[in-house]
Amino acid sequence: MSGANDPYDPKQVAALSPEALDEAVRAALEAFGAAGDLTALAAVRPAHLGDRAPVLLARRELGALPPAARSDAGKRVNAARVAVTEAYDARKVALEAERDARVLAEERVDVTLPWDRAPRGARHPLTTLTDRIADIFVGMGYEVAEGPELEAEWLNFDALNIGPDHPSRSMMDTFFVAPEDSGLVLRTHTSPVQARTMLARTPPIYVVAPGRVYRTDELDATHLPVFHQVEGLAVDRGLTMAHLRGTLDHLARQLFGAEARTRWRPHFFPFTEPSAEFDVWFPEHRDGPQWVEWGGCGMVNPRVLRACGIDPDVYSGFAFGMGIERALQFRSAVSDMHDIAEADVRFTSAFGVEQ
Amino acid sequence: MKVPVSWLSELVDLPAGISVQELDDAFVRLGFEVEDVVRPPVTTGPLVVGRVLEIEELTGFKKPIRYCQVEVGEPEPRGIVCGARNFAVGDLVVAALPGAVLPGDFAIAARKTYDHISDGMICSVRELGIGEDHAGILVLGRDGYEPGTPAADVLGLDDVVFDLEVTPDRGYAMSMRGIARDLAGVLGVSWRDPADLPLPAWSGAPAGEVTVADPGRCDRFSMLALEGLDPAAPSPWALRRRLAQCGVRSISLAVDVTNYVMLELGQPMHAFDRGTVTGPITVRTATAGERLTTLDGVDRALTGDDLLITDDSGPIGLAGVMGGASTEIGDATSAVLLEAAHWEQAGISRGVRRHRLPSEAGKRFERGTDPEVTVVALARGAALLVEHGGARVVGTPVDVDTRGPRPVVALDAGLPGRVAGVDYSDSQVVEVLEAIGATVDGDGGTLRVTPPSWRGDLREPADLVEEVVRFRGFDEIPSILPTAPPGGGLTERQRRRRSIGRALADAGYVEAPAFPFLGTAQLDALDLPGDDERRRVVTVRNPLSEEAPALRTTLLPGLLASLARNLARGRRDVAVFEHGAVFPGGERSTAPLPGVDRRPDDATLAALLGAVPAQPWHVAVALTGQREPRGWWGPGRPAEWADAVQAARIVAEAAGAELTVRAGNQAPWHPGRCAELVADGRVIGYAGELHPRVCAALELPPRTSVMELDADALPAPPVPQAPPISTFPPVHMDAALVVAGRHPEAEVRAVLAEGAGELLEDVRLFDVYEGSQVPDGHRSLAYAFTFRAPDRTLTGEEARESLDRAVVLAGAAFGAQLRG
Repeated sequence: MSGANDPYDPKQVAALSPEALDEAVRAALEAFGAAGDLTALAAVRPAHLGDRAPVLLARRELGALPPAARSDAGKRVNAARVAVTEAYDARKVALEAERDARVLAEERVDVTLPWDRAPRGARHPLTTLTDRIADIFVGMGYEVAEGPELEAEWLNFDALNIGPDHPSRSMMDTFFVAPEDSGLVLRTHTSPVQARTMLARTPPIYVVAPGRVYRTDELDATHLPVFHQVEGLAVDRGLTMAHLRGTLDHLARQLFGAEARTRWRPHFFPFTEPSAEFDVWFPEHRDGPQWVEWGGCGMVNPRVLRACGIDPDVYSGFAFGMGIERALQFRSAVSDMHDIAEADVRFTSAFGVEQ
Repeated sequence: MKVPVSWLSELVDLPAGISVQELDDAFVRLGFEVEDVVRPPVTTGPLVVGRVLEIEELTGFKKPIRYCQVEVGEPEPRGIVCGARNFAVGDLVVAALPGAVLPGDFAIAARKTYDHISDGMICSVRELGIGEDHAGILVLGRDGYEPGTPAADVLGLDDVVFDLEVTPDRGYAMSMRGIARDLAGVLGVSWRDPADLPLPAWSGAPAGEVTVADPGRCDRFSMLALEGLDPAAPSPWALRRRLAQCGVRSISLAVDVTNYVMLELGQPMHAFDRGTVTGPITVRTATAGERLTTLDGVDRALTGDDLLITDDSGPIGLAGVMGGASTEIGDATSAVLLEAAHWEQAGISRGVRRHRLPSEAGKRFERGTDPEVTVVALARGAALLVEHGGARVVGTPVDVDTRGPRPVVALDAGLPGRVAGVDYSDSQVVEVLEAIGATVDGDGGTLRVTPPSWRGDLREPADLVEEVVRFRGFDEIPSILPTAPPGGGLTERQRRRRSIGRALADAGYVEAPAFPFLGTAQLDALDLPGDDERRRVVTVRNPLSEEAPALRTTLLPGLLASLARNLARGRRDVAVFEHGAVFPGGERSTAPLPGVDRRPDDATLAALLGAVPAQPWHVAVALTGQREPRGWWGPGRPAEWADAVQAARIVAEAAGAELTVRAGNQAPWHPGRCAELVADGRVIGYAGELHPRVCAALELPPRTSVMELDADALPAPPVPQAPPISTFPPVHMDAALVVAGRHPEAEVRAVLAEGAGELLEDVRLFDVYEGSQVPDGHRSLAYAFTFRAPDRTLTGEEARESLDRAVVLAGAAFGAQLRG
């Protein structure tokens, strides 16, 4: 070991010769290059960059040189040390990249494997379609009104200008509730919600009332004894049939696309006058764009307004109602009402959680 | 209402070349839905009227056969073989000549049969495709047509029949007369009113003595007597053909004539056998115990609401609904009493329903007929019987007419436009009202409108407005979206229902709505005790099925039926839910039926609304099979009681409500696997595994689990309060406690949390162990605790002290021991 003040011994400083340094660098580069992986690289490191490595030993010998030679040799030693270190680092980065690539390749998985461990449920399309329609009206400022399915006969019929002898009050259509004088029926339409709303609120009234209704029809491919309607009612000053048309056209566009619109045919409902049935132009029908029958509408009959305590000389109103099953039928090409009623999870799941 | 175009064209000057589609459009525009357009059968080739000149009876064959000489407008008659026997020499028939093709691709050719060349075919109604009659060939009569005339016109083979749906307010349109008037009005063409008949100059005594005891139910009653009717006289072909086109069966001349006049004028008539009517006629309601055998042979008990036509013998007809058997026209009837009346609509409606006797006459009376035409109809009917049956009118008609003046409706001429949102001129309004037959006084401002006699439905301005808008057409109405005032959006309750549905769907349940009907059998299958409140049901008086006459008090029967249906269809893993109203029974008040001329007073309205029972909104789930499926990741996990309980927690969380779960015991659940669901101190439902007996009774897989709760009973959610979020590091510690098995885990956890105090951020059960490592009847509950201080880094020592306090408190409460 030589200190700064040791006498200069040329033999001992042979390690500082340019030849020796070049040889040390060459040997280091060769060893690093030959290291096939990080372990091998780590194994050869001490010999070329460790405490006893030639370039580091050479650096310690610098002090033994005369000052005149020290600067020159120092530069050489330093250059050799940097060359070895850089070679080592480069090799290490290369080997690490190689290792990473290999490991990631080994960790490769089949991303197409299924992972349906948590089964998915679904809301019934009647529910989601009802919500969708309600949301369209809520967006227009309407509120969602409700009424009971087991309803007062007076609200289901009398208040709506369906007198005691109207055919639809007969046993043919209506489920009556025991005892005979109960005054209750299973509502045959959502229209009693109109009456309830008008009895409870003062105009302006803009409500939509979805709900389940009942008729004494046997279940078959086209009839359901229990089904769903959406009723709409607006009572305000100066409402006209033009406003009714505008409202239904808007609904049609929101629900069935920008091309959709409605077409009316005169009809009869006791609670509206004039009354119409309406068809909707449905561009995405399975059998090509066409008109499909959907619902009924009209101007609220002044008799109904009077029975509900609204002055027909001051206010006018419009009302409309349509079947949700019917809409589901043509919108989603349902061919048999059994499928809507039978709660087969294959049917419902096809519509997803939110349709 | 079936409308043959040929008949219509006799009454309306239809524009030349008007197409079927244009007529269809016009009907729809008028509010008559076209249910069907019946097109005539397709016949090609020579089909002509023929006259039978000679009949040679052929013998020696299996059945009697005729070889006929038929004149078909050619120099020589044709020889035609025919198997029918319902015709005689001189009769006019329809002959299909060689080259003709009848419906069903039935080609006619000259061919040898029964040793004769048959040079064509004499046709039956069925062969011509215009009816079902095949008992014999079609005989057109003895005169009226020239042999050789193309038969298509005679048969109406070029005729299209519209089947129109007439709404219940438009009784007048149940006739050719009414349809013709509306159609002419909307097409803007002229028409001929078939009721516009000159009445004959009758003379002599009235047809009988008539008293109308109940003029409120019958304000016009008219009768006319005829005699000398040939009972065997057939109805002429043209009349039979029209009846057939209109869907009315031909019976006899007298009956056919009344039906024809009904179709033409809308006035139903009844023909009595005059020989069987004894004494004066009285129109009155039935008295107690009276009976009547109607034409259909049914002996009917009558009520005090039944309006009758009676003679000395008692009831002889149920007014406007059906005649009596005792005075029915028979094979030998030659003296006839024709009756035409105007009945009060509602009374007819009640009678039709009470006796379940819907008829063409009832349909018209119930919708309203024209009281003006009773005598006209009698005259028209009598003329036809005279012409075709050789009858003579006897004396003059009886006509009891107690009608008051027709009401006048005051109409603001601007109202139709204000309702429609269209600028109708006053003259347009008047024009429409006159087209429908109304008399209009005044021009501009207020119109005094007298609706026509056949429009009893037009009573208020709104009724007239409808006519104006209908005639002007809906297409004129613009589309304007009104601006509603700002609304409040969905209510809490509405949002909650949606959240619950979505949460359950997200959790893997499929919504399965069922019809809300059930019967005792379904409640029995649930093993409900006799006094269970779910057995107190509301029953339907006219259920679709006698097995399910009640409204549901629980969602479970419907939901379990849906579950079973899915299993029956081969599905193994099913998780379903339903949410909807249930209908608890019990004491109820009777809902009043107030008048409708104004709003019911507050007390009546309160009674009305109060009589409608509460219908709480329930939520239920049912599941069986694998809750989580097996897969390449490993085995699946079967559905079990805990899933049902968790469903309740999911519902509560979606509703923003606190739910407490504790052990319960309620049918139809397994007594050891039933959770009672408590919110706000109230039991609101149950969850767990079904009782094995119930699974067996319903043939459901063992361990099927269900939950049902009353969603309306979940308390309204409080406004959520944000928790303080400490950013200092937590200390995590685990501890296992040995506790006697009788202590519910939820209580142990609650006590641990209480004991651990404010530094506890979270405590979570991560393992339950029962077995040899712990004493009998005990279990080990392993918890992961998270401690954290709001204002500093917590030391392990502080956390340990908290945990110790928790364990000490659990020890004191449950004898819990820290497991070493």
